[in-house]
Amino acid sequence: MDFNLSSEHKMVQRMVRDFAQKEVAPVIKEWDRKQDMAPFVLPRMAELGILGVCIPVRYGGQGMDYITLGLVCEELEAIDSTLRVVMSVHMGLCCLGIFQLGTEEQKHEHLIPLARGEKIGAYGLTEPGVGSDPANISSTARLERDEYIINGEKMWISLATKAHTVLWFARTAPKGEIPHEGITAFILDTSLAGVTRGDIHGKLGVRAGSTGWINCQDVRLPMGNRLGEEGEGFKIAMSCLDNGRYTVGSGAVGLIRACIEASVSYANERHAFGRPISRFQLIQQKIAKMAQSYEAARLLNLQAGWMKNQGLRNTKETSLAKWFATDASFAAASEAIQVHGAYGYSDEYDVERFLRNARGGIIYEGSSEIQTLIQAGYALGLRDDSPLRCELPGYDPDDWQTGA
Amino acid sequence: MNIVVCVKQAPDTAATVTVQDGKVSWGDAPLVLNPWDEYAVEQALLTKEEHGGKITAISLGPEDAKEALKTALAMGVDEAILVSDPAFAGADTLVASKVLAAAISKVEAVDLIFFGRSAVDSDSGVLGAQVARRLGWPSLSLVAAVNNLSPEGGTIEVERMIDEGRQIVKGSLPVVVSVVKGINEPRYPSFMGIRKASRAEIPLWTAVDLGLTAVPSPAMTWPEIFAPLKIETKCEFIEGETPVVIAEKLADRLMEEKVI
Ligand SMILES: Cc1cc2nc3c(=O)[nH]c(=O)nc-3n(C[C@@H](O)[C@H](O)[C@H](O)COP(=O)(O)OP(=O)(O)OC[C@H]3O[C@@H](n4cnc5c(N)ncnc54)[C@H](O)[C@@H]3O)c2cc1C
Ligand SMILES: Cc1cc2nc3c(=O)[nH]c(=O)nc-3n(C[C@H](O)[C@H](O)[C@H](O)COP(=O)(O)OP(=O)(O)OC[C@H]3O[C@@H](n4cnc5c(N)ncnc54)[C@H](O)[C@@H]3O)c2cc1C
Repeated sequence: MDFNLSSEHKMVQRMVRDFAQKEVAPVIKEWDRKQDMAPFVLPRMAELGILGVCIPVRYGGQGMDYITLGLVCEELEAIDSTLRVVMSVHMGLCCLGIFQLGTEEQKHEHLIPLARGEKIGAYGLTEPGVGSDPANISSTARLERDEYIINGEKMWISLATKAHTVLWFARTAPKGEIPHEGITAFILDTSLAGVTRGDIHGKLGVRAGSTGWINCQDVRLPMGNRLGEEGEGFKIAMSCLDNGRYTVGSGAVGLIRACIEASVSYANERHAFGRPISRFQLIQQKIAKMAQSYEAARLLNLQAGWMKNQGLRNTKETSLAKWFATDASFAAASEAIQVHGAYGYSDEYDVERFLRNARGGIIYEGSSEIQTLIQAGYALGLRDDSPLRCELPGYDPDDWQTGA
Repeated sequence: MNIVVCVKQAPDTAATVTVQDGKVSWGDAPLVLNPWDEYAVEQALLTKEEHGGKITAISLGPEDAKEALKTALAMGVDEAILVSDPAFAGADTLVASKVLAAAISKVEAVDLIFFGRSAVDSDSGVLGAQVARRLGWPSLSLVAAVNNLSPEGGTIEVERMIDEGRQIVKGSLPVVVSVVKGINEPRYPSFMGIRKASRAEIPLWTAVDLGLTAVPSPAMTWPEIFAPLKIETKCEFIEGETPVVIAEKLADRLMEEKVI
C-alpha cells in the first residue's frame, strides 16, 4: 500500500493553494458580506485549467486523476467553500456526468467547452417541493417530434445564474408504481428561450457563491440533448452524486485543516490565566479532535479517489467519506469558534464563516440523514449496487493525456 | 537565445526554523523552489517569449533538489539539470560558483544567465556575481527591470534597484543578471507543465562530468548559528484629559525610554 502523493499531485496542490491564498483569501470576507461571487473567480479558475482538471486532454481537460480532483477541492475549501462548490457542480456533477454517460457527439459538443472553462456547468435535481427523495420530482419533458418540451422549476441550484449548461432531471412518464422509473436526464442550455433564473439571498453560508432557482417554461430542447436513455435519469442522477459527494467530502477535509491552522495559531497567541490557552488541556482536546478527524476524513476520501482511479464502484465508500468529513468539518468549525472565544464569533476572524459554510455540506448532495440510511442499508444487506449501463471510466494516464 | 537560470531548493518560508546545537532545522517542512528564484525563472520565460530560444534550469544540490527543478519545468523552462556529487557537500559560495560555472560552460553557447537575488536559507546573495567573475562575464545585480535586450546587437539595458533610487546600466552579452522581487509576477505552474515536469528525466552531472578533478574545500565555514533573542513587546496605553496632556505624557515617556 502506497500512501505517497506523486510529485504531480504535490505540484497541483501547491499551485491551487497559491491561487486560493494569494488571489481569493485577501478578498473573500468582502464578497461573503456582499453575498455575491467575486467576478474574477470563474474566469481565473478556467484560465488556470482547474475547471477541467480530471477530464482527458482530448475532451479539453487537463488529464489528471481523481485523486488530484480531491486535492484541488481540499485546497479550495481551505480558503472558502464557494470555490469548492464550483468543483462540485461544474466538475463532479456536470462534467463527469457527461464524461461518463454522454455519447461521443455530446462530449464534443458539451464536455469540451466545459472542461476548457469556456462554459460553466451545474446540476438541477432539487425542486421547491422535493430534495431528499428526488424520485418524486415533478418537472416534465414531453417529446414533440424531435424536440423535448421542458417545464418545471429547480431550486437551491448552485451556480444557477452562472451556468451555461445544466444537467436537468425531468419526468418523461407520469409517476407510476415505481416513481423513479419515469425520470430522464437532459443537457439544458440556459440560453434557450423560456429559461429564467435568479439567485437566492439571505443564505446562512456559501455567501460568496451563487445558489438559485431555474425555471423552464416550454423550453424546446433538441432530442440530442437527452443524456442516456429515457427513464434512466434517476440512476444517472445518483451516479453523478457519487462524484459530487467525493468533491464535497474532499473539500470538507480542507475546511477541517483550515480550522486546525486557525485554532493552533490563535491558541498559541491568546493568553488567559497567565499562559497561552494552548497550554490548557481542554483546548488541546479540541485541537486533537480536529487533527483526528482531519486524518480520518482525508484517508476516507483518498480511498474513494483511489477507487475511482481503479474504475471500481464506490457509492458506499464515497457516501461514507462525505458523511464523515462534512459532519466532522462542522464540528471542527464549531470548536474552532470556541477556541477563539468572542473573537471567533465575529467576522474579523475566518472561523465563523467556516461554520456557516460547513453547515451546508451536511445538507446538500444527500443530507447526513440520507447518508446514514445508505450506510445502514449496506451494513444490513438491504442495499446493493445495481450495475450501471456505463460506469465512470477509471484513470488511464496515457489515454487521458494523449493529445497534449 | 540560450538562457540559463540557476535555481536553489530552499525550505518553504512558512516553515518554522529552529536552531539546535548550532545546526539549523526546519523540521519536515517541504522544500520548494527558492522564492526569489521564481522571479529569475519568470524573467527567463518572459525573455524567451519575446526573443525565442531555449531555457535550461540548473541547480546544485542533493538529489531531492530535483523537486525545485521540476517546479521550474512546470513553470515552462525547457530543460533542467541537477549538479550533484558527494564532493560538493558543505560547499561555500566560492566552491558553488566554481561548480556552477563549470556546468554552465557545458551548456551550449549561453547568452544570458538569470539568478535570484539570494537564497532564503543561506542568504549570501553573491553567487550571481561570483559565477560572472568565474566566467569573465559582466554581472548585473539587483535588476528590477530589463528595459532593452538586443540579441542581435548583443546588448542589454537594465534598471538596478539601489538604495538611492534606480540606476540605468548598459552591458553586453553574454551576461549574468540577478533579479529582485517585483521585476515581474511569477506565473503558477500550468497543468501541462506539471504533467511534463513529472515525467521529465532530469540529467545528473557529477564532478567528473564537469571535468572537476579536484573540488576545492570551502574557504568559509559556519562555526556557530544562533537564533536571535526574542524581543518582548509590551503595550502601554497613555491616557489623559485632553490631546495636549496625552501628547505631553507621550513625549515624556519617549524621552524616558531614550527614543527621542
Ligand atoms: C559551511 C557551508 C556549508 C554548506 N553546505 C551545503 C551543503 O551541504 N549542501 C548544499 O547544497 N549547500 C551547502 N551550502 C550552501 C552552498 O551550496 C552555497 O553557499 C549556496 O549554494 C550559494 O549561496 P547562497 O545559498 O547563500 O546563495 P545566494 O548567493 O544567496 O544565491 C543567489 C542566487 O544564486 C542561485 N543559487 C544559489 N544556490 C544555488 C545552487 N545551489 N544551485 C543553483 N543556483 C543557486 C539562485 O539563483 C540564488 O537566487 C553550504 C554553505 C556553507 C557556507
Ligand atoms: C447551498 C446549497 C446548494 C445546493 N446546490 C444544489 C445543486 O446544485 N443542485 C441540486 O439539485 N440541489 C442542490 N441543493 C439542494 C440539496 O441537495 C437539498 O437541499 C438536499 O438534498 C435536501 O433536500 P431538502 O432541502 O428538500 O430537504 P428535505 O428533503 O425536505 O429534508 C428535510 C429534513 O428531513 C430529513 N429527511 C428527509 N428524508 C428523510 C428520511 N427518509 N429519513 C430521515 N430524515 C429524512 C433531511 O435529512 C432533512 O434533515 C443545494 C442546497 C444547498 C443548501
